[in-house]
Order: sequence, then structure tokens, then C-alpha cells
Amino acid sequence: MSSSDNKPYAAAIEGWHTMGAKPALIGTQCDECGSYFFPKQTQYCKNPQCESTDFTEVELSRRGHIWSYTNAGYKPPTPFVADDPFEPFAIAAVQLEKEQMVVLGQVVKGVGVDDLKVGLPVELVLEPLHETDEDIKLTWKWQPSEC
Amino acid sequence: MSNEIAILGAGMHPWGKWGHNFVQYGVAAAREALADAGVPWQDVKFISGGATMRCGYPGYVAGASIAQALGWQGAEVNTSYAACASGSQALAAARNKILAGECEVALVVGADTTPKGFLAPAGGYRPEDPDWVRFYLGITNPTYFALYARRRMDLYGDTLEDFAAVKVKNSLIGSKNPRARYRKCFTAEDVAASAMVADPLRLMDICATSDGGAALIVSSMEYARKIGKGNAPRVAAISTVTPTFASEVVEMPDIATDSAAAMGVEAHAYRASLPVKAYEEAGIGPEDVSLAEVYDLSTALELDWIEDLQLAPRGEAAALLRAGDTALGGKIPVNVSGGLACFGEAVPAQALAQVCELTWQLRGQAGDRQVEGAKVGITANQGLFGHGSSVIVTR
Ligand SMILES: [Zn+2]
Repeated sequence: MSSSDNKPYAAAIEGWHTMGAKPALIGTQCDECGSYFFPKQTQYCKNPQCESTDFTEVELSRRGHIWSYTNAGYKPPTPFVADDPFEPFAIAAVQLEKEQMVVLGQVVKGVGVDDLKVGLPVELVLEPLHETDEDIKLTWKWQPSEC
Repeated sequence: MSNEIAILGAGMHPWGKWGHNFVQYGVAAAREALADAGVPWQDVKFISGGATMRCGYPGYVAGASIAQALGWQGAEVNTSYAACASGSQALAAARNKILAGECEVALVVGADTTPKGFLAPAGGYRPEDPDWVRFYLGITNPTYFALYARRRMDLYGDTLEDFAAVKVKNSLIGSKNPRARYRKCFTAEDVAASAMVADPLRLMDICATSDGGAALIVSSMEYARKIGKGNAPRVAAISTVTPTFASEVVEMPDIATDSAAAMGVEAHAYRASLPVKAYEEAGIGPEDVSLAEVYDLSTALELDWIEDLQLAPRGEAAALLRAGDTALGGKIPVNVSGGLACFGEAVPAQALAQVCELTWQLRGQAGDRQVEGAKVGITANQGLFGHGSSVIVTR
């Protein structure tokens, strides 16, 4: 996979999501109690009823429903790398049913808060976060889905 | 009740962007509280400070820094850090000392000097730090406040006009508070004309950061009676409980909540759990509360807090606001100090400033801001990393 100006794509944060056509966040699941963790938890379980130290890496659900949403009207401070000129972008907190957790992320370009609603179904896609001299950094974003 | 302590004195350095050393604000607040209490500095045997993380080593040992500035006199000293709940944790340390019989009178003090401009996290590539990750992805503090605000709009039908009305209410009452930083009366039009920061929140919906200092002189009930102040306002409860796994609401600086998928695990909302212990400890209920000081980091968050404190059923705080019930003269006035909207946040001082306001209100000394017949006040605040507090003051 490479961009129009032949820069390769790379994950903005390595190991946090798969890079294929149907991308998914990579978390862990506790072998004992079944709690999911994102970002990955591998040393100790945060469930107060569980003393497990064993975890299995799992792909989290790619689809969920919007818990809430907003946008960034102003350029966030570093380490965020902003386009010039800065373009406001939407942000969604998404409820994953199976994992029973909420995950934050940007919403894909071209979709604003007026297009969103609590409960709206969304799916996870990859989109550029910013460019470096070497590559284009991709991250997970939420995109309204058909069903 | 046996676990009560008396509030003999309250003092504050006015909030602002003064740019002085934080110790100066702490000393001014402490001196005012001492004078208010009528207690000589030499009688204070425990100094409990809220730490500031923004002022170097003297800030980490704020209790000692302020004690030294007031003049070392051989008292014991403590410094607490619990983000926005630092002041409450410092108050809890003083209460423990007093109830254990190890001291009769304590000074509790918090002060802060905030840097100019945006407080950005350390640089580099540090994905193990959730604070770095969220800023890298473009998620700032107002993002979280806006997520909560938008959820209220979609679930309960709150409107932008409701949020603006919180600002208008707080700026009106705050204009009468000489210790507040912002004392201009704003209109709904002013709010609507301010820049959109994180939809639906505009610049004027979100609180600023300020310099300030607040202090309390607290004592055993016995000491209070001894100096003829047996009917002083009392600290009836302090709750500084942690959240319970699993978190239901995504909190700053996290990118995700806990998972509630495991057997026997339920999702819990942290804010709502904070006053539960406070009510239990004080042996009272929300129906007994005369006024509340809550942490309005955003206008919409004030409405969340009203429900978290059980002063309104979930989703009905805006109805209370629209009826004027949360304004001065209403059924349950909220943030009659002017709140963070008029003060701006001075982290280690803020939770104490809330208690100062309750103290003056319960003594009937709040002047133009006085809540008639105030008998029970409650505070609530929440900060980073599972810190939060709720304090009940009664008279
Ligand atoms: Zn576990």
C-alpha cells in the first residue's frame, strides 16, 4: 500500500490496530475473567475480582454505536500534527457491544457533527493522521455505516 | 455526630492571572482564615496543604512551603495531591489528625500559579502515556466535556440555550463576588457569539485556569466550644472514593473505558458515586441540601453534577435550571459563588474555595449572594486519574 506521492503508509501508533482491508483495533482479553483491554493490558488485570496475569491478544469489534460525539474546532497542541490550514474534524466515542466498552477516535474526513447522532452505527476504517518525511501515518477513525 | 470537625475560619486570595508565586496566595488566604477564626498562628499544630504540580519542588511540598512562609513554629505538616480533589484530601488529612486527638487546630491551604498558554504534554513518541496518545489523536480537554454535553442534548433534549443559561446564571451571581476573577454579567447572546471550541461547547461554556489561594482553619468541636464557637459550620462528611471497575464514562485522559464484559462486573459512573458516601457519612439525603457548589468545568457539566448529587432525577437538571430553581432564590441554588465559570480553575485551591463559600453561606455572611436559611451545603469535584471528592458542611 502506498500513497499517490509514493510515500508508504505506516501505523501512527504501532501495534494498536491491524493494517488490512477490514481493520480492527488490537486489544487484549483476560484469560481468566474475560475483560477486554484497549490499549492492550498484558501484566495485570484491572478487574478487582481477578488476579490474572495471562492475556490473549484479540481484535476488537469493528462495528459499534455512537455513545457521543463532538469536534475539534481549534488546532490541538502538539504532539498533534495539524494540516495547514487547520481543518476542524469530528470525534466520536463509540460503544462496542461485545466488549462492553467505549473507544474514542476521530471521525473520517468529510463527516461533521451534523451528520452524527447518539446511537448511530459506525465502523472502523483507517485514514491518514499526518505525514512525515518518510511515510504517511495512518490511524483508526469511525465512519457511519450502512446498517 | 462524633466524626465532625468545626470550620472556624475561611480565607481566599482573589482568583486572577496575577503571575505571583503560589506561596504568596497561600499566605494571604491563610492569614485571612486565621483572622476570621480569631486563632493565633502559634495554636495551629497541623498544616495540611494541597500540592501544585506547576511550581517546581516548593509546589510538591506546598504545605511546608506555606508553613515556612507563615513562620516555622514547630507544627506538623502534610501535603496532599489528588488533582482537583487535592484540597478535599488535605482537609481529610486534617480531620483525621483532629479526630485522632493528635491536634486541636489545623490549617488547610491550597494555592496555585498557572502558566500562560496551553499546557501541552511532554514531547517524543510515548504511546504508553494515555495523555500523549489522546493529544496525538487530537483529543483535548474540551473534547471530553463536549462528549458529555452532546450526550445530554441527544438523550435528554438539553439545548445550547440551556448551557448558555448556566453561564448567564453563574456570571450574574459571580459579578457580586469580590473574590471571583470574571465579574462581568454575560448574556446568552455573548455566549452564542463566542467561538465554537468543541461542538456544542463554545469558549464561554468552558472554564479557564487561574491563580488563586484558599484556606480553612478547622478544629475539634471541643476546641470550638472552648473559644465560644460551638455553633460554627461543621464538616459533616468528606468523600474521596475512587471509581469502581468498570468505568462507564470515558474520562480524561483515557482513550477508552474499561470493559464491563466480565461476569459480575457492571459499568459504574464515577461522578454519581462520589456523593453517595458523603450523604451516608453525614446521615442526610439530597432533600436536606440547601445549596451546592459543583465543578462546572463546562456549563453542561453543572447540569450533570446536579443529577449526580441527586438534586434532580437523571435528565431533569435542565428543567430545574429553566424554572430558576438553581439560581439564587430558587429551590436549590447551585454555584452561588459564581462557580468555575467566574473563578477559573486553580487546581489545589478549588475544592477548598468551594468549602469557603459554604462556610460563609452557612454563617449568613455571603452578602448579595446569600442563600436564605442555608443549613446544609455540599460540594463536588472530579479530576484526573480517579480523583474526586464531595464534602458536606452543616450548621
Ligand atoms: Zn481478569
